Amino acid sequence: MSMIKAHHLAVSYGHGETALKVVKDVSFEVQKGETFGLVGESGCGKSTILGALAGRNKQWTGSIEIDGEAIGQKRTRAQLAKQQLVFQDPFGSIHPRHTIGRTLLEPLEIHGKDRRQERIEKVLTDVGLPLNFRYRYPHQLSGGQRQRVAIARALILEPKILLLDEPTSALDVSIQAEILNLLKDLRQREQLTYILVSHDLAVVAHLCDRIAIMQSGAFVEVATKQQLLENTVEHAYTRILMDGSRGYVPRRRKEAATVAAIS
Amino acid sequence: MANTSDTILTVENMSVEFPTLSGVTTAVRDVSFTVGREKIGIIGESGSGKSTSGRAIMRLQPPQAIVKASRMQFEDVDLMKASEEEMRSIRGRRIAMILQDPKYSLNPVMTVGEQISETVILHERATPQEARRRTLAMLERVNIRDPERVFDLYPHEVSGGMGQRIMLSMMLIAQPSLIIADEPTSALDVTVRQQVLSILDDLVVERNIGLIFISHDLNLVRSFCDRVIIMYAGRVVETIAAADLDQAQHPYTRGLLNALPSLDHPKDRLEVLRRDPAWLEN
Repeated sequence: MSMIKAHHLAVSYGHGETALKVVKDVSFEVQKGETFGLVGESGCGKSTILGALAGRNKQWTGSIEIDGEAIGQKRTRAQLAKQQLVFQDPFGSIHPRHTIGRTLLEPLEIHGKDRRQERIEKVLTDVGLPLNFRYRYPHQLSGGQRQRVAIARALILEPKILLLDEPTSALDVSIQAEILNLLKDLRQREQLTYILVSHDLAVVAHLCDRIAIMQSGAFVEVATKQQLLENTVEHAYTRILMDGSRGYVPRRRKEAATVAAIS
Repeated sequence: MANTSDTILTVENMSVEFPTLSGVTTAVRDVSFTVGREKIGIIGESGSGKSTSGRAIMRLQPPQAIVKASRMQFEDVDLMKASEEEMRSIRGRRIAMILQDPKYSLNPVMTVGEQISETVILHERATPQEARRRTLAMLERVNIRDPERVFDLYPHEVSGGMGQRIMLSMMLIAQPSLIIADEPTSALDVTVRQQVLSILDDLVVERNIGLIFISHDLNLVRSFCDRVIIMYAGRVVETIAAADLDQAQHPYTRGLLNALPSLDHPKDRLEVLRRDPAWLEN
């Protein structure tokens, strides 16, 4: 069963003559429990797709179906709760003057949920934070702990879909590993569906089953994880991105290799 | 490997301390290394002291910081004894620094050309015409297609990749013998990063100078640098040739390597780094 269906989705910013079409006609389906990756360089429209799916950006055309239900420009609270966003920078996405408990309470208040204390305790345990962290402020937490709070805030409404916008790019390698493992565990335990946006193909290949490679608002290729790992992707642009995640490819050495191959 | 006559910078037992209300915090502790005519990478996580070390070499640390070292020798200059005036003539001319994000490190109210020429006008007393000619040549050297046009642009009018190439030309126009690059490509997209790095690589090799490349990206440093210094909590835990990084001995380095998701060695679960308090004692 497909959890997300987007058909001829196009998203734009601005009105009239200055309107800018950022996403041009993309179609994809994500199955329940699957993780779909969106990869591309800055400005290619990957975060904008997430914005449209989450209901942050209402200027879209085409059709979106979530959990078998067609979504219009206006959504009900229940429809909005079904998918939640996790942002890149945990330093910027959590209110600095609210305690963690207060931050986690806010979505519950907005959506009028009951058993609030119980839900907060459950979600903190789910993301592996001690319960007394609810009395702390964001500045008393490390970057990794803060990203766990951001994930907890997304999970507290019991969504079916998590939209992850570069969830580990602001973190150190060792902390990134912890968060990626946590996301894997949560996906299995809570049977979540993910869409993961990242510029790092190694991270995407680690978590995703299928990956869409984007360039200026359109998909150039939808590759499977297997294709990435076996290096059988079709599009040249995907190759460039793959080389990038491996590090630096010196030009001189490359030329030397070609010369050696010829002679 | 660099022999002694090729050594550009020698740092022995450098420490950087910050006095705070709750006692002294040591950000860098007993760090020793040498830089020859090579590309040397400093790797570490946030707070490991890698940027602080880079800044202390140029004496750009915040005023309250205390830098101690048994020796800091840059070519013929003893950096521990150099006066502020001597430091001013070294910074920018003999040691140059490239910072992470050109958006914040270029002067927003000066044109790109003026900023680059300023270096040669100040340091080498070049005439404005001479400075302009050299600036245009330098811009061309970093693969900017239309130097005449770019000369008169302001930093907000250029892209991130072009901004970083402008930074490179500004740093290299005075012919420094040592470049400290602090995360020079972290703010750039993959394809642009490749381009900026290959320009930097060519210039370092062509001029036969030293480069200290500070980064948190293991794959990047491994493929770009000749030698790698791994820092943890203000200490150097290991120094190793970049090509041998896979055979690193220290558990911290091993932990970092294993925590990295990789296209070539996929695994189901990433290893989580377990920090050993013993790493803090040398």
